[in-house]
Amino acid sequence: MKRNIAIRIQEAWEHLQNRVQGGEERKDIPEIRLGTATCGRASGALETLAAFREEISRNSLQVRLLEVGCVGHCYAEPIAVVANPGFPPILYGSVTPGVARRLVRDFLGAGDPCLEFALGAVEENEKIPSIFELPRFRMEKKIILEHAGWIDPARGEEYLLRGGYRGLFQALGMDPREVIRAVKAAGIRGLGGAGFPAGEKWETCRAFPGKPKYVVGNGDEGDPGAFMDRALLESDPFSVLEGMTIAGYAVGSRRGFLYVRAEYPLAVERARAAMESLRGLGLLGKDILNSGFDFEIELVRGAGAFVCGESTALQASIEGKRGMPRVRPPHSVERGLWGKPTLLNNLKTLAVAARVLDQGSPWFRSFGTPRSKGTVVFSLAGKIQNTGLIEVPMGTTLRELVFASGGGVPKKKTLKAIQIGGPSGGCLPASLADTPVDFDSLNAAGSIMGSGGMVILDEDDCVVRTARFFLDFTQKESCGKCTPCRIGTYQMLKILNNLVLGKGSDSELKLLEDLAFEVQEGSLCGLGQTAPNPVLSTLRYFRDEYEAHYREGRCPARACRDLIAYYILPEKCSRACEVCVGACPVEAIATGAKGIKVIDQNKCVKCGSCYGDCPPEFQAVIKVSPPAKLREYEAKSSFPRKLTNDDLRLTNENEKK
Amino acid sequence: MLNPEEEIRLIREEILPGFQPPEPRFLIPILQEIQARLRYLPLAGLRIVSDYLGMSAAAVWGTATFYSQFRFAPPGQNQVKICLGTACHIKGGEAILESWERELKIKIDETTPDRAFSLERVACVGCCALAPVMAVNDLIVGKSSPISVKGVILKSQIPNKSQ
Repeated sequence: MKRNIAIRIQEAWEHLQNRVQGGEERKDIPEIRLGTATCGRASGALETLAAFREEISRNSLQVRLLEVGCVGHCYAEPIAVVANPGFPPILYGSVTPGVARRLVRDFLGAGDPCLEFALGAVEENEKIPSIFELPRFRMEKKIILEHAGWIDPARGEEYLLRGGYRGLFQALGMDPREVIRAVKAAGIRGLGGAGFPAGEKWETCRAFPGKPKYVVGNGDEGDPGAFMDRALLESDPFSVLEGMTIAGYAVGSRRGFLYVRAEYPLAVERARAAMESLRGLGLLGKDILNSGFDFEIELVRGAGAFVCGESTALQASIEGKRGMPRVRPPHSVERGLWGKPTLLNNLKTLAVAARVLDQGSPWFRSFGTPRSKGTVVFSLAGKIQNTGLIEVPMGTTLRELVFASGGGVPKKKTLKAIQIGGPSGGCLPASLADTPVDFDSLNAAGSIMGSGGMVILDEDDCVVRTARFFLDFTQKESCGKCTPCRIGTYQMLKILNNLVLGKGSDSELKLLEDLAFEVQEGSLCGLGQTAPNPVLSTLRYFRDEYEAHYREGRCPARACRDLIAYYILPEKCSRACEVCVGACPVEAIATGAKGIKVIDQNKCVKCGSCYGDCPPEFQAVIKVSPPAKLREYEAKSSFPRKLTNDDLRLTNENEKK
Repeated sequence: MLNPEEEIRLIREEILPGFQPPEPRFLIPILQEIQARLRYLPLAGLRIVSDYLGMSAAAVWGTATFYSQFRFAPPGQNQVKICLGTACHIKGGEAILESWERELKIKIDETTPDRAFSLERVACVGCCALAPVMAVNDLIVGKSSPISVKGVILKSQIPNKSQ
C-alpha cells in the first residue's frame, strides 16, 4: 500500500517535470530579466521597464521581457540580466531608461554588449569576466536566496526548472517523522531572532494532541531597518510556500497562514500570484502530487503593529483581535491559533527547510559553525557603500561583511558601530568587528542575531541618539498590556529625550540603567524584554558619550541637533561652488564677501544637507559641538569681520530691496 | 468622495458579501477592504461591521484603533509617508519630515486645508538600502533630500503629470 503511494507520487512528479520542461520557451530569442522589486522600483525600474518595451517595439525585435525580483545588490538598482544568444547572460547595474534603450539597440540589435554598464557575466565563460569574481559574490553562499532575482516570482514553472519542489517531493515519499528527523539532523535554528531549534518545535507540534493543526509563516518583518522577508517574498515566494507545505506535512496540518506586513503591498501581490500558479501546477490544494495530502495556504495581511511579530500577538491578529501577546506557556505549538497546536516559523526558516529536504542534512551542516549551521541573511543599510541583501555562512565576521562585502564606509569616514537586530538588538563598537556572526557570539557581545537587520554607523552617528530612536520606536509600539513595558519604556524615553538635548545628571543615567534591567526582567513578551538592549549595549560600550551629553552639553559624534551648529570654514570654501546654497532647504546659506559661503545660524534648521553635499575635495562644512564653540572658529578666522551673519543678513536685505 | 449614505451602501452591498460566513477573523480584512475603497474608516461603517460579525462595537473599535494602518478621517489627495526606520533615521529622515512640515505648513498626521496633501510617518517601508526614503501615494522615492521635497510638491501641482 505504502509502496503504491510512493509510485503514484513518483509518477505525478515525473508528469509535472515533463509538463514544465515541455512548456519551456524557445532559447533562440533574447531575454531580458529586469528586477522590479520595491528597491528596484524606488530606483526607477518601472520607467526602465517602459523604456525596454518601447525600444523593443520600435526596433521590431522579438525579445522576451520578464520582471523578476531582487538579487540583493540594491545599491546598483535597477538591475537587468540580458541573455542574448551567442553571448553569456550579462548582469547590468544602474539600468536607467537611457541604458535600457542602448542595450536594446546596440546589444540586441547590433551585437555590442555595452560592457561599460555591465557588472559581469552571470556564468563562467571565456569572453567576459564573471560577477562571481567580485568579492561580494565570492563571499556569498546563497541557500535561502538561491533563486531570488533569477526567477519570475509569479510562475511556479521557473522555480521547478531550477530544482524547486524537489524538497516537497522527497518529503512526501517519507514518513512525517522522518521529515522531522531530517530537519533536526540538519540543526536548523529559527531565523526569526531567538534561534530556537526548528526540528524540536516541529516535533512538539506533531506530538501534541489536538486537531486541526495550523502552520503559520511569520512574515511580519517589523524591525525598521530589515528587509530580507520583503525581498524573499517579492523575488521567490515559492521557497517559503514549499517550506510551509513540507512543515504542514511533517506536523500533520492541512492549513497554513502566510502573515505579511501591511507595509509590503508588492510582497502580498507577488505571494498571491505565486500561490495561484502553484494551484495550477497541483502543488497547493487537494491531493498534492497524488499523495493524498491536502494543504491550503491563506494569505493574511498585517495592519501595522510591530508587536505582531511576536507569535501569540500574531495569532491574535489572525483571529481578528488586537495583536496583544499572552503569557507563555502554553506555547503556540500546544495552544496556538484558535487554541489549536500551531507551528509558527519565520519565512527564512521555512525556505531553509525546503532546501534541506532536497539536498540532505549533511549538505546543510557543512556550512556554518558547530552551534550555528547554515547561512544567515543580512540586510546591509546605513553608512555603507554597497547596501543590499547578503547571505553568508554563519561564522563570517562582521568585518568581512562590512568591508569585503559591503565595500566599507562611504566618504572615507570611520566605522563607529554596527547595529544588529534592530529595536531588540544592540550596537557593537568597531573594536568588536572581528566577532563572527552566529547566535552565540552575538549574544555574548550584547547583541542578538535578530531578524537580520544590520545598520552601519559611522563617526557622524551618535549612539545616544540611536538608542533614543529605538526606545521611541518600542515605546510607540508597546501594546500596553504589561506595566514594565508600557510605563518603563516611557520613562526611559523621557530620560533619553533629555539627554539628546544635553540635559540630565549622573543619577538620571543610573535610573535609566536600573529601569532598563527592570523592563528586561519584568516584561511579558519579547518586545519589552529586548527593548532595553539598544540602551544597555550602548551604555556598555559608549558610556563616555552619554556623559558628555549632560556634563558638557556636547555630542561627541556631533549628531544631536540641539547640541551642534554647522559652520563653513572660510579658508576651505571653494567660493566658486554653489552646491551648499542649492542643497539648503531654507535658504540659510548666502554668498558673502569674496564669494565665501556663510550660514545664517538663525535660519539654519541643522538638516545637514550642506554638510553632506559639500564636495569631498573641499570639505568646508564642519559641525561644532557644543554650539558655543562657533565663536572660537569665528574669532580664529583670518577673514574680515564683515563676514559675520549680521552683516550678511544686511546684505541679503539690501539685495531684496 | 462619496457621501455618507453611499459609503454605507458600498460597505453593506459590495464589501461585506465578500466575507462569508461572518466570522471574527474577517474583521481586519474587512477593515482593510473598506479603507482600500474609501481611503478611511467611517464611524457609521464600523457599526455595520460590528452588527455583521456579531461583535460588540467596542471590540471592533478596539481592534481598529490598535493597528496603525487604519485611519478615521479621509487623507489628502496626495498621501505623503515619511519613512522613519533605522536606516532612514541614520541618513536624515527627520530632516526630510521637517522639510515637508515646513513646506506644507502642517504637522505630522495632519492634512492641508485644501486637502491636497496629508503627512504621515511610517515605521519602515523596507527600502533601507535607498535611505532616506519617502512614499508619495504609491510611489517610493529613494535617496531623497530635504530640498527634493519642493520638487515633489511642484510636480504634483502640474495638471495630469502628478503621477
